[in-house]
Amino acid sequence: MRDVILRLPMQGAELAKTPTGIRGLDEITRGGLPKGRPTLICGGPGSGKTLLAVTFLVNGAVQFGEPGVLLTFEENGDEIANDVASLGFDLPELIKAQKLAVDYVRVERSEIEETGEYDLEGLFVRLNYAIQSTGAKRVVLDTIESLFAGLSNGGILRAELRRLFRWLKDQGVTAVVTGERGDGLLTRQGLEEYVSDAVILLDHRVHDQVSTRRLRVVKYRGSYHGTNEYPFLINSEGISVLPVSSLALQHQAPMDRVSTGVSRLDEMLSGKGYFRGSTILISGTAGTGKTSLAAHFVDAACRRGERCLCFLFEESPQQLLRNMRSIGIDLEPWVAAGLLQFHADRPSRYGLETHLVTMHNVVAAFKPSVTVLDPVTNLMTVGTYSDVQAMLTRMIDYLKTENITALLTSLTPGKTDLERTETTISSLMDTWILLANNEVGGRHRRGLYVLKSRGMAHSNDVREFALTDRGLELLDAAGAAGDASAGRDTPIERTRLS
Amino acid sequence: MKKSNGAGSYQLRLYVAGQTPRSIAAFTNLKKICDNHLKGRYELEIIDLLTKPQLARGDQILAVPTLVRRLPEPVKKIIGDLSNTERVLIGLDLRPAR
Repeated sequence: MRDVILRLPMQGAELAKTPTGIRGLDEITRGGLPKGRPTLICGGPGSGKTLLAVTFLVNGAVQFGEPGVLLTFEENGDEIANDVASLGFDLPELIKAQKLAVDYVRVERSEIEETGEYDLEGLFVRLNYAIQSTGAKRVVLDTIESLFAGLSNGGILRAELRRLFRWLKDQGVTAVVTGERGDGLLTRQGLEEYVSDAVILLDHRVHDQVSTRRLRVVKYRGSYHGTNEYPFLINSEGISVLPVSSLALQHQAPMDRVSTGVSRLDEMLSGKGYFRGSTILISGTAGTGKTSLAAHFVDAACRRGERCLCFLFEESPQQLLRNMRSIGIDLEPWVAAGLLQFHADRPSRYGLETHLVTMHNVVAAFKPSVTVLDPVTNLMTVGTYSDVQAMLTRMIDYLKTENITALLTSLTPGKTDLERTETTISSLMDTWILLANNEVGGRHRRGLYVLKSRGMAHSNDVREFALTDRGLELLDAAGAAGDASAGRDTPIERTRLS
Repeated sequence: MKKSNGAGSYQLRLYVAGQTPRSIAAFTNLKKICDNHLKGRYELEIIDLLTKPQLARGDQILAVPTLVRRLPEPVKKIIGDLSNTERVLIGLDLRPAR
């Protein structure tokens, strides 16, 4: 993914950046936050501002050798440490190692009487002391707007905030300032007015009882950045942001081919099978053999020693292994050999974004050559068609960038609604194979048809096939028993076109 | 510098940042108030945060000048140049709030 971004056009020298170490965010911002400048992170309560800011600090200290200072106004050091312990961060340890300093600034209005002129030099002194004692390169102020609740002289506060941000720049530290989302403003006190370099907006929405988090770079002065809303996820592995569509259509188009696992189907695809790194859709009504065809492909890939990852949205891995064994495909050895991994999840378990980010993370960790989504249509239950399309676009884009061959199965509900699902995603597909059951002359016949396969001369025949105990077998094109309709011109095509 | 006027029941600290006109004004105003209202029963400590920055944290100092009444409890803070005597007296609980 990083490669893709580097291939985007560059104009002149870009600003120096400070990497956040947050997956995805550094891609969207093309390298991180503006170095030596303050960035504003705003969002409503519970949108993840503090976690994002603390992650920036911890990654700096742990991964980039940049100590940090956390000036917290709302929670004390222990509370913050507890909050982020679930992300695997050990703040006390970092503090002990002098890679991090935490100063809790408590402003209690009831304790304070204001009389005459003052400034916030005390705050500057504390911040400076913390920066000096750790050699900090990164500073987080969370949430400085609390000052407005504790002190009544707004005029002084505003002047001092302006001075503070100027001062932070002079110190050369990369600062993150968090702010609570306000009415009609990005932040309650209009902090965006003072922090003009970069603004990131976080959003947390609950729709149909499914919560999704989104992140948007509202502003990034002097730098290209992705402008979309990007889903992000907070889990035990920390924060990950998912860039949409990797920003550009710049995948490689490899010429090498991979077997479908069914030699006669390879023949139909100009003799060699699918393109490596392409996306294949297998659609059909229930029980037409979609998963079986996918299993052949997985089996063939594992035989070549390639790694395969299967996302199951309907069956458990055990069910799938059992069912495939019944048609003579034994995938168990590949699981044992570590070449094949299953990841089964109920679609309704969480929102599309979470599925997307989870899949992204699993793929990034396992680094497969082949990924199967079975069946992708089950995701339709948790989102609208356009949501699912957007999500699959991102997923497929990511897989293509990584040169992973993706096989998706799609359950067609019935003949009347035949193309509804498919049209949503078909344009993303390089190869589309249609499976159907047809009753002809009192016999149930299975037919397979290559609807499209970009970049190759593929067969236009509708071929009959059988599911045997040796797997999926395509029958002779001419028809096994002199039955012309067995191989060609079965009613499948007519059904589709009507 | 520490200035003690006997075993006073008032323990005060004035935090400043350098010898600015504002911190000098705060000190002068405070001295006057103490002499007039707390004579013989206060202890005053002046802390310059530019030389002792590490002390800002303990008393939660944010603004300067800040006068902290450490004793009697509860802890009270009065920020500003202390030019409004009436408010300082209210802040120190030497005069009931109106």
